[in-house]
Parts: sequence; structure tokens; C-alpha cells
Amino acid sequence: MERFEYAHASTRQEAISLLGSSWDDAAVLAGGTDLISLMKEYVVTPKRVVDIKNVEGLNGIHSNAEGVTIGALVTMDELLEDKTIRSEFPALAHAAQGITSAQIRAMGTVGGDLCQRPRCWYFRNGYGLLAKDENGKSLVPEGENRYHAILGNNGPAYFVNPSSLAPALIALGAKLQLAGPKGQREVSAPDFFIIPKSDSERENVLRPNEMLASIVIPASSRGLRSATYEVRHKTALDWPLAAAAVTVKLEGGKVTEGRIVLGHVAPIPWQAKEADKELTGKSINESVAASAAEAALSRAKPLSQNGYKVKLAKVAVKRALLAAAKGEA
Amino acid sequence: MADYHWPPTDKCSLIGRRISRLDGPWKSAGRIKYSYDVNRPNMLHGKMVFSPYAHAKVVSIDTSAAEKMPGVKAVEIMTEPGKEVFWVGHEVAAVAAETEEQARDAARRIQVRYEKLPHLVSDVAPSKAGEHTKQLAEQTDGNPDQALQQAEVISEGEYGASVITHCCLEAHGQVAEWDGDDLTLYASTQNVSGIPGEIAKANIVSSADKVRVLTPVMGGGFGSKFGADSWGLACARLAKKAGRPIKMMLERDQELMAAGERPSMYAKVKVGAKKDGTLVGWQSESWGTGGPDAQGGAPNLPYVVRIPDRRVKHTAVLTNIGPARAWRAPNHPQMCVITMSALDDLAAKLGMDPVDLLQKNIQMTGQLAKTYSAELEKASQLMDWKSKWHPRGDKTSGPIKKGLGVSMHTWGGAGHPSNCNCVIQPDGSVSVSLGSQDLGTGTRTVIGIITAETMGLPLEAVKVNIGDSKYPADGASGGSTTVGGVSSSTRRAATAALNQLLEKVAPSLDAKPDDLEAVDGEIRVKGNPSKAIFWKQACAKLGTTPITGTGQRQRGNDDLLSSGVGGAQMAEVSVDTETGIVHVDKLVAVQDCGLIIDLKTAESQVYGACIMGITYSLFEEKIMDEQTGRCLNADLEFYKLAGIGDFGDIVVHMMTGPGYDERGVIGLGEPPVISPGAAISNAVANAIGVRVPTLPLTPDKVFAALETKGAVA
Repeated sequence: MERFEYAHASTRQEAISLLGSSWDDAAVLAGGTDLISLMKEYVVTPKRVVDIKNVEGLNGIHSNAEGVTIGALVTMDELLEDKTIRSEFPALAHAAQGITSAQIRAMGTVGGDLCQRPRCWYFRNGYGLLAKDENGKSLVPEGENRYHAILGNNGPAYFVNPSSLAPALIALGAKLQLAGPKGQREVSAPDFFIIPKSDSERENVLRPNEMLASIVIPASSRGLRSATYEVRHKTALDWPLAAAAVTVKLEGGKVTEGRIVLGHVAPIPWQAKEADKELTGKSINESVAASAAEAALSRAKPLSQNGYKVKLAKVAVKRALLAAAKGEA
Repeated sequence: MADYHWPPTDKCSLIGRRISRLDGPWKSAGRIKYSYDVNRPNMLHGKMVFSPYAHAKVVSIDTSAAEKMPGVKAVEIMTEPGKEVFWVGHEVAAVAAETEEQARDAARRIQVRYEKLPHLVSDVAPSKAGEHTKQLAEQTDGNPDQALQQAEVISEGEYGASVITHCCLEAHGQVAEWDGDDLTLYASTQNVSGIPGEIAKANIVSSADKVRVLTPVMGGGFGSKFGADSWGLACARLAKKAGRPIKMMLERDQELMAAGERPSMYAKVKVGAKKDGTLVGWQSESWGTGGPDAQGGAPNLPYVVRIPDRRVKHTAVLTNIGPARAWRAPNHPQMCVITMSALDDLAAKLGMDPVDLLQKNIQMTGQLAKTYSAELEKASQLMDWKSKWHPRGDKTSGPIKKGLGVSMHTWGGAGHPSNCNCVIQPDGSVSVSLGSQDLGTGTRTVIGIITAETMGLPLEAVKVNIGDSKYPADGASGGSTTVGGVSSSTRRAATAALNQLLEKVAPSLDAKPDDLEAVDGEIRVKGNPSKAIFWKQACAKLGTTPITGTGQRQRGNDDLLSSGVGGAQMAEVSVDTETGIVHVDKLVAVQDCGLIIDLKTAESQVYGACIMGITYSLFEEKIMDEQTGRCLNADLEFYKLAGIGDFGDIVVHMMTGPGYDERGVIGLGEPPVISPGAAISNAVANAIGVRVPTLPLTPDKVFAALETKGAVA
């Protein structure tokens, strides 16, 4: 990796002040499970690395009347060990369980998962986030795109958002608190993620001098039926080929409100709003789940090699809905 | 005199038992030093500079910036300007620096200008490869046209397996250290005795005897570590220039890009049979990547089952994927999946159980027919085949479909040249020395067992010296040739040493050497156990001069060895037809390999091969991008390897006893890795009712197959 300056921050203000005005200036180090490999492969080459592991106030899971606040530094293991998370937000627990590396669960943080860079192999091989050749042509449409996006893929971005937790957090109505030089701003979880339209954009709304501080799941989402289902080729140490997180509010066995969010299918966690409507007023069974799955993927436009992911995403939706309806933990 | 022939197995105290490997505890405790772990005083670190292009001409190389980098001590150009490079990962230059990080940074500062040239890295059929083809073989036996015309049932299909790599746990590389004109290489190699000659040939030393190669243990080779390799030569040259030892191990991405590629193989097959299942004719047109020079060679189809009337044609597609290297049973897994899939499809068309089809034609397997037949029976029993098997397409409801598949394979496994010295010291200690190497297979343990058995001593009493080129020369460990070679030379050396001892001891026991035997830590008179002398007392009679016995694997036929094995495997899979994901629930491997020296390490070889087989069946694929010429998954993130959750039971059965033991020792490394692909592919076809034509059996391919006619879901 390139040489860099290592800075150890102990307060938010200090951390923010150490960040720069461009992405090349500084990078935030939490668990390091993604940043270190990006740096070793020279995909990112920050001049400074700001270690936030000891920054106060970014740890712990706290409940109050408004909801549950998860610090950005909470590790996957801490998330899974938390009784509230496990019992009240099963979709989030399922998603964390899907991270099948014990090492990554031990070191990886919630904030890191949400800010993780895409796994797109063109990106990781140094062709940039938008995967272009030296003439500026995208390598993805005519290239090896079996793991790329099937939704939101009109270009120039074709990667898939790699976050394991984002679909569940979006389905649970979470908000993200971002710390910056002027204090804190709050964005809804879906608004955090963007599809970059040019080389100057990244995959979320964070500015170079901001960092993710915490995630708040509203109290209204407590106890919702929810589930995440990931389709992985390998049982462990593998990225999902497609994933779906769902929440449903049931009254008298009928859905009054449902949310379906897909993971690993688009440059952002994909809210399948068409499908949400399909659920309203119905009890969830195999055929309702299947038609919601159809609706969720109705706008999918596969690339040359990834048509199979449309089917996998449908299965993920169907199985997540059936699991949520059963209340399977 | 003691007889060098193998004792009957019921008379053996060690041979044929389940004995844990000698180096197991050291490995488990992390106390053993692999090449990767060797750290010499004052050592530098080296890094290779590889071509980023699949085909290019090197126009110029400027090392001046790199030389000025902190810590840099030496730079070496590997490909001179004007020469071409033929794959991403082709060596261009190398650099050594004080730390690994400095070497890595410096490697990036070596400025190479390339002129890009056209490449082909896609794994395409010859018709789409333009000029990049080379027809390697066309052969006709009998009259295949007539045979196929007269066949009552014909099955046609296209089958194959993709390009994969070796994925050795320990990357390629070495530590090079000079002492004057003498070079020591701590190399991760399958060829300890052969490397010095290669270094001499490259004019790095004045003669081969100036080179010492040390490989006490190594972390896997699978056919990719026979040579000194460009990084070996670079490391030695850099160490000479810098005047300091250098460690240079490949990075994981370099390992996947540059350290060897198993060629793909695909074939269009037409096979015909009579209604009763008798095979009558075979025709295949095959092709596959063979690297830039078609080193992969041509297959001999059909595999195992020699259908008399056949026409075969093979074309190599010349690609810039990387150099083809032997991969555990070169070409066999590919030939096996092509042949056994075709026969399985034919069985389905005939409405026959595929095991019955194989048994019906078992004579076509040649001299191993009886073995194959017995192995199929044993495997059927262990799989409970008869009660579990159903015709194509699991008709039960729900998305999970279960199925069974069968395959057979063969391999030679004759022992390679081997020399052994066995020394008995006057204090009773015994050592054997061979310039062989233990790739992780149990070679060290096998050598110890044979020596101890010969001397009538416990295994712990024998010191095994291997992995050093100063020891008597031994062959490269490839093609399952090691166990045969070292077993013969060790047995002969140990017997020769023992016989010298018996001659010394005979007078004191008032017996002829011929009447003595070494058993249970004693030298005693045969048939009269009371006339005995303890081993240590016997050795004390040597005075001050140790005994050395030498042994050599006999040229040509060696009556301690044999070659030619068969094996049968059966797989049981569950296919989730909604996700296309295949899970191997059970894999039964039945294998013969003649006389087994250590049943435990033999079984362990088969378990390992099954896991490797499951991995290439379901996951492995070197994914190349035609636009950039690069391997996109040169990592263990998207170059997927099976984990413990990806398979269920592995049941191993070794064929031993009469008919097997008396054949002598035969190699085992390759054979069990051959069949998993075919057995698993056949099981998937049996489960879902339709063939997934090529390995790996990924969800996209399973869906594509399900969409074709005949699928159950």
C-alpha cells in the first residue's frame, strides 16, 4: 500500500477535523475489514487514515422512547448478541448472521458495513467505481457481469451495493446520523445511498469531511414481523447473489403495511415499492409472496450474464416474506 | 538373510495400519517451518513485476525510479525490451528491498512501456477462436460410422469443465541465500532433487552441486510446483546482486494469475449402444485451452470404458490465460466428466440404471474389469444406491430435488526413480535419507513405517530425512509416483542395512544370518524366540562403524511396485431448483492402490481429493475478461473454494486384501480427484431430470438447464 499518515481520534470533532476536503485526503478506519484490503490493492490511496475506534459516543446499542440507536462502531457480533435486536428486529439479525466470517463479524462494524465499497471486480481491479476502460467505455455491459446489477442499471453505474445490513435497516425505517464539521445531519436510510452518475460521485451522500455516527431504528418498527433471506452460492464466506429484507405489519392476519428491500441487485439497496402495495390487505401465503416477488422484480433489466439473479431475487423475496409471516427468528 | 519382498500383511505390525502422520503434531502446533516461514538473518524481500497485459511487447523498462526508492537493494529485468509477454502475470522484472512493503512499492515504480498486441483469453470453441487454434489429434479405431449407424440408441451431448487453478495453500516461492558460490534455496517445490540442475542450466551457478534445496515440508503443489520458475531464478539472481538472503513468495493474486492454469476441456459427443446397453460406438470432437503453446495435450476419449469403434478429434485453443500446468491427474477429470456424463445420458435414454450400464460394459475397462466391478458393488452398498436411486427427475414435490450419480476413473501411479540410504548406528539409532519431499501426502510417514517395519522397531525409533537435495536423488512428486518410488528404495535400503547387521550378530546367536529375523525390537532366531538379542545390544556389536544400506527403485519392473488403479465414486446431491444451488449431501469414494503402507494417510488423501473435487464441481472457475485480458477473480473472494458447510458426508473405502495387497505399492495422489466432477454432475442430472453440461455447476447454469426440455421443475 502507499504510505499514509495514521491519525488516532478520540472525539467526533477531532475525527472530523482530521478528515479532508477530498476523498484522497483521508479515509475513516473502523474495523478495517474493507479499507485495509482496498489500500493493499491500491484501489484507494488516502494520504491520511483516521482511526475512529476510540471515538466516544459511537459505541453501543441504546433504547429509548424514540427508538433504538446503534452506534456506527457496533460490531456484527455485538449486534447479534443484543437481545433487543434479536427479538424485535429479526431482519437485522438475519442479515448480520449472513456475514459468515467469524473474523469479519468480530471486527466489522455496522458503519463499515453501510459504507463498504462495492465488490465489483472491475472496481477492485483498478478500473474505477464506474468500471471504465482507458477510452472511458464501461467494461460491464459487454464484460463479465454475472454478479452485477439487474435493477437501477441504466449506467454508468452497474455495481451492486454490498451492504448486508442496509436492506433490513431500510425496511425497518431507519435513519442515519452523519457527523460533519457543522454538527450532525440526519438522512433516512434510503436517502443515504445514491447511484453515482459521474466519476465525481460516490455511492452514498457522505461528504469527504463527514462520517457515519449512528443509526436509529424508530420505536414504531419494534416488534414488526421481519426477515432477511440471502441466496448465497456457498454456505459461508461468500457474498449473497441476491438478498431481500422484509417487514410486515399484521392486523388480524392481514398486512396493513409491508416493505420489501432488495440487496445485491442494484447500485443501491433497492426498495421494491411496487411490491409493497401487493401485500396490503392480504394474508401472506405462498402465492401472495410469489406475486409480491414478481412485482418486486417487474422492472428488472438483466445484463448479458445475470438473468439468473432476477430469479434469485424473487426467491429471496418470497422466502423472506414467508419467514416473516411465520415469525421465524 | 532378510527378504526385501513385502511381508504378508497379516504379519505386519505397522504396514497397512492406520497411523497418524509423523509431522501432524508439529503442523498442528505451528512449529514446522514452511518456505513461507523461513527467515534468515539480514534477509531482504523480493517482489515480481508481472505484465498487466495478456499479450504485449515490452518496449522499454526504466528501473531508475524504483532503484531510488527507500530500502531497495537490487533490481532484475526478466523480460528484455523487444520481447513479448503472453499473459497477465508473465514475468517482466523483479526487485528486492529491506521490507516486503518497500519491495511492493518499488515494484510499482518500475516503469514498463508496452505495445499491446491482440489476445484471446475467452474460453471459446475453436470456431470462435479464429487463428488461435491448433489441431492436436485425430484418430479413428474400427468403424465408428457403421457402429453408430447400427446402434439402437444414440445419445448426443456437449460436456466439459472450465479453466481452474491450483490454489495451493502455500503460495509459490522460496528464500535464496548465497554463501560464496554456493546457493541454498528454501523452496516450496515438488522437485527437491531436480531444482539444482535447473538453476545450473540458467547459469546462476557454475554447477548443479553448488545448489542445495531444502523443503522439509510444503503447503501443496498439485502439479504446479515442478520448476524453479521465473521467481526462483529472479530470487537467486537478486540475492547474488544484493549479497543478502531474499524471501520471495507470490502474492495470492499473482498465484492465481501466474502460477498455473488447468486447461479447460469441452466435447461434442455421440455415443451409441444396443438396447441391452452394450456400447458400440463413440465419436467426439473436443477442444480446450492449452495456454499459449497448447501444452495441455490431447485427451484420450472415451475414458476408462474403451469403446472399440471410435473417432476422436481434439483441437487446442491457444489462449493468453496463462501457462498450462499439470493439475492433479492432468486431463483426467476433464476426460472423466465428458465420458461419464455422456454414458449417464445414454443410460437415461436407455431407461437403465447407470450402474447397470457400467457393469454391463465392464469388460471394456480392460484388465481392471474385476476391480471396477467390485468397486461399483462396494460403492453401491455404501451409498445404498439400489434403494435410493430413481430414474431421471426427482418427482417428489417441493423445490429440493435429490439425485444420485456414479463415475469411474483410472490412473497409473508407477513409482518414480528413487534412491535411499539407510544408516544403523552402533547406538541402535536408525535413519533413512532420500532427496524426496512430502507435499502433505504423508510421504515422510510412509518412509518411516517401511523402515521401522523392516527393522522390527517402533516408528519413533526411525529418523526420516527428506526434503534436502544433498540426500540421495529422488524423483519429482508428480503423477502419484512418490509413494511407489520411495517405498521400494526405502525397503531395499533398510533390508540391505539390516542384512549387514544380521551378519555381524549371527555368530553371537550361534546361527546363520539367514536364520535370523528382526521383530519386536529384537534380533532372534526364526522359530526359536528364546534365542534373541535386543536391538541395542545387537547394534553395539558394530563397534565404532555404522552400517549403511543403499536401496534403489529398480528400473523397469520393480517387484515391490505396480501401476494402474481403478476407482468408483458415487454422489448424492440436493438441488434447490428455485435457487439453482447444488449441495453435495454425500460422496462415496472407493479406491484401490495396491498395497497400502499407511491406511490413515491413504484415506486422508482420498478425503482431500473429494473436497477438492466437490470444489471444482460446484465453484471453481478462472474468470477472464476478454476486454482487459485480465483474470477478474484473482482472489479467494470470487475464486470460490468449498467450505465445510458446502458438503455433507464423505465416505472413503480403500480396497485391500487378497488381489490388491500382493500387487505392491501404487500411487494414490491423483486418482480420487478425478471422478467427483462426473459423479456430481450425473447426480444433478438425476435430480433435476436434465444435464447441466459443464462444470462448475453454478446457479445460472442450473437454471439454463432447467429451462430446457425434460426438466422436472
